[in-house]
Amino acid sequence: MERREFLKKSATVAFAIGASSALGNYSNLFAYNLISQKIPYDLVAVKGGEPDVMFDRAIASLGGMQQFVKKGQTVVVKPNIGWDVSPERAGNTNPKLVERIIQHCFNAGAKNIFVFDHTCDNWSRCYSDSGIERVVKSTGGKIVSADSESYYHDVTFKGGRVMSEAKVHELILSADVFINVPVLKNHSSSKLTASMKNLMGIVWDRGYWHQNNLHQCIADFSLYRKPDLNVVDAYLVMKRNGPRGVSREDLVLMKSQILSTDIVAADAAAAKLFGVEPADIPYIKIADEMKIGTMNLSKLKINRIII
Amino acid sequence: MKLVYLKKVRVIISLTFFLALLLLFLDFGNILSPRYTNYFTFLQFIPSAIKFAGAVSLSAAGFILILALTFLFGRVYCSTICPLGTLQDFFAFLSRKIKKKKYFSKTKSYKILRYSFLGLTILSLILGSMIFINLLDPYSNFGRIITLLLKPFVIFVNNFAASILIQNRIFFINPVGIFYPTIYLLLFPLTFFSFVAYLSLKKGRLFCNTVCPVGTLLGILSKYSLLKIDIEKENCIGCKLCERVCKAGCIDRENKEVDFERCVSCYNCFTVCPSEGIKYKLRFPGKDKKEIPETDFGKRKFIVNTFSYLIAFSGITFAQKKIISKLPSKIKINKKYPVSPPGSLSIEHFKDKCTACHLCVSSCPSQVLQPSFLEYGFWGMLQPRMDYEISFCNYDCIVCTQVCPSGAIIPVELKSKKLSQLGKAKFIKENCIVYTEGTDCGACSEHCPTKAVSMVPFKNNLVIPQVTDEYCIGCGACEFSCPVKPFKSIYVDGNPVHLTAKKKELKKIEEKVNYKGDFPF
Repeated sequence: MERREFLKKSATVAFAIGASSALGNYSNLFAYNLISQKIPYDLVAVKGGEPDVMFDRAIASLGGMQQFVKKGQTVVVKPNIGWDVSPERAGNTNPKLVERIIQHCFNAGAKNIFVFDHTCDNWSRCYSDSGIERVVKSTGGKIVSADSESYYHDVTFKGGRVMSEAKVHELILSADVFINVPVLKNHSSSKLTASMKNLMGIVWDRGYWHQNNLHQCIADFSLYRKPDLNVVDAYLVMKRNGPRGVSREDLVLMKSQILSTDIVAADAAAAKLFGVEPADIPYIKIADEMKIGTMNLSKLKINRIII
Repeated sequence: MKLVYLKKVRVIISLTFFLALLLLFLDFGNILSPRYTNYFTFLQFIPSAIKFAGAVSLSAAGFILILALTFLFGRVYCSTICPLGTLQDFFAFLSRKIKKKKYFSKTKSYKILRYSFLGLTILSLILGSMIFINLLDPYSNFGRIITLLLKPFVIFVNNFAASILIQNRIFFINPVGIFYPTIYLLLFPLTFFSFVAYLSLKKGRLFCNTVCPVGTLLGILSKYSLLKIDIEKENCIGCKLCERVCKAGCIDRENKEVDFERCVSCYNCFTVCPSEGIKYKLRFPGKDKKEIPETDFGKRKFIVNTFSYLIAFSGITFAQKKIISKLPSKIKINKKYPVSPPGSLSIEHFKDKCTACHLCVSSCPSQVLQPSFLEYGFWGMLQPRMDYEISFCNYDCIVCTQVCPSGAIIPVELKSKKLSQLGKAKFIKENCIVYTEGTDCGACSEHCPTKAVSMVPFKNNLVIPQVTDEYCIGCGACEFSCPVKPFKSIYVDGNPVHLTAKKKELKKIEEKVNYKGDFPF
């Protein structure tokens, strides 16, 4: 893409200086956060409350945020902030949910909390109009641009069928904890967007995915770094015209939320909530086949909370 | 007020305008609100006059104020409002600080040369072309110098600083893209800048008195100013000091005369005169007709010019009916028309009103507005176009319509901008991934804010894009996001005249959710 090349040119010279020394820090790529083994459920589904209230209940039933975040750790909270639309259009993750997650992380002792997304619309407008920039700043987190290739570093990973490398935002490379907070939506390309699709916002070259079998790429990339926790925002759900949406008429107030450490299970449950079979969404089916996670919800220990 | 203070006032005003415009043009992070832009562009002579000619309104009356001021005090515009004038002063200041040559001296009048440039500009306007306005307008040239020459350098420094900070996990400065569509675009601004810089280093404000059509026009008017700077022959002791500080080179000490037509009202002379030998003198037009034989010629020319301008201004909206030249044929996608920015009404309206100052280019948060080369044809060179190779127009943004000082882009409400159809998306199935690879893509439909590009069933459970013209607004999101190289499978062809798109009427989804009911799993 032209844009990519232009950005590359502008950034390369500056980036080249000292890049090697910086890259040296990323040798601990696969040093995943050591999650304590006492998490009581594979998946938690909540219904009937406000986004923040539902998260309070769900995370408590998993043993609290301290199960995931330890004192002094650096956390990346990755919502969907892809579009320059206001919160009532539900094109982005609900800011109230993002705010509450950050609060829980700080309470668990997090040292730094970073929030970013590689947006589709103009990034600074997305950040401000989504309401997410405001809540991140007010809760003491840091919202960071992902709009320049200079933020991204080459990574490789094993097991992918068509994809084995990508350029990933450096905050993901350096974070101790990665919390994935997608919003559940209809999607014109991938049919449905939730946890796995949301990871497209941590890579630079999305065009490659579109060119090389989108569904397979979505599944493959989930192998790179599985989020420590996935929180699917299904409070206000875009049922058609996704992912950007045309108007509020596209939405249904579902007041639901799904939490899981299994990215495939989270998406499978989200698909069910949405009203489609997980197996009908190609990337969920592929990810299940590749054993990235499971879409067979009957095998899982699920906590169902109705508020 | 004593005359010596005039220079200080002039310096303060000129620095205010200069720095404000400099920041507005350099504002790559879009920190400054477009609301304040108008305060500093309102008085810019050419954009204001062009805007006024398009639609008579108070918001476009800045140039009338300038004419009135000129009629009262001479060419105050040249030393206060005009950013290119201040830029030249800056160079002149530098040359006097650094070089040995510390003084200016009287320069030749170059009357024929400057009248020729003014004549050419007016002639081209009558013929319906903005080309000479665009090439010679001092404000627009300043805008281009900053946007095309200085801004990339500033962004480079920004990106360099950002890259160092990012490595240390400090996310205070954000890297920004630098875009150069073509090197040809640099040729004119670079040549122009070198020329002006050279002249100002050597000869002060010679550019303003030879090439600049605004300077010449205001100069003609200043011959009839109520107050004129002149030498008080009884007081003058012939010390030469005033001539030495005169940037315009218009003081002739030997004959004790000031060529006020060329005076840029910098008031340097007032500050150095030891004997009150140079003053603003009240003069009634026509009183000393006999003393200055050229007056007749100037008057005639002035009248001719005034009428020419009036005719030209009223004519430009109708004059140009030329077809826009096609893009170079090497691009396989056959775009018939370039896309002009929202609020520009039509390509013709835009071409007729745009002075190519690039303020919209500088202000556009998406950076989709880029200077054109030959897309609008030779006569529209440098006028901005929507470049969907680089970005796309943000659906909820109207910044360019708020900053345009010449009325080429008229202010529009966000609501009508969202329905303003700049062009229409064209889909080339044979280029599309869904067709060639047999895999899902849909990036175009994903980015489409109106869902004019929707996905419809294709073979093997795939979906393929389909464009509904009436919903398309030509924002270019589809073209930009299409991952196919080198020729995209969807592109926007400009509308020569902007149309109004239809709003997609949607019925509310009827779905009852039982908040107390069981989960579907």
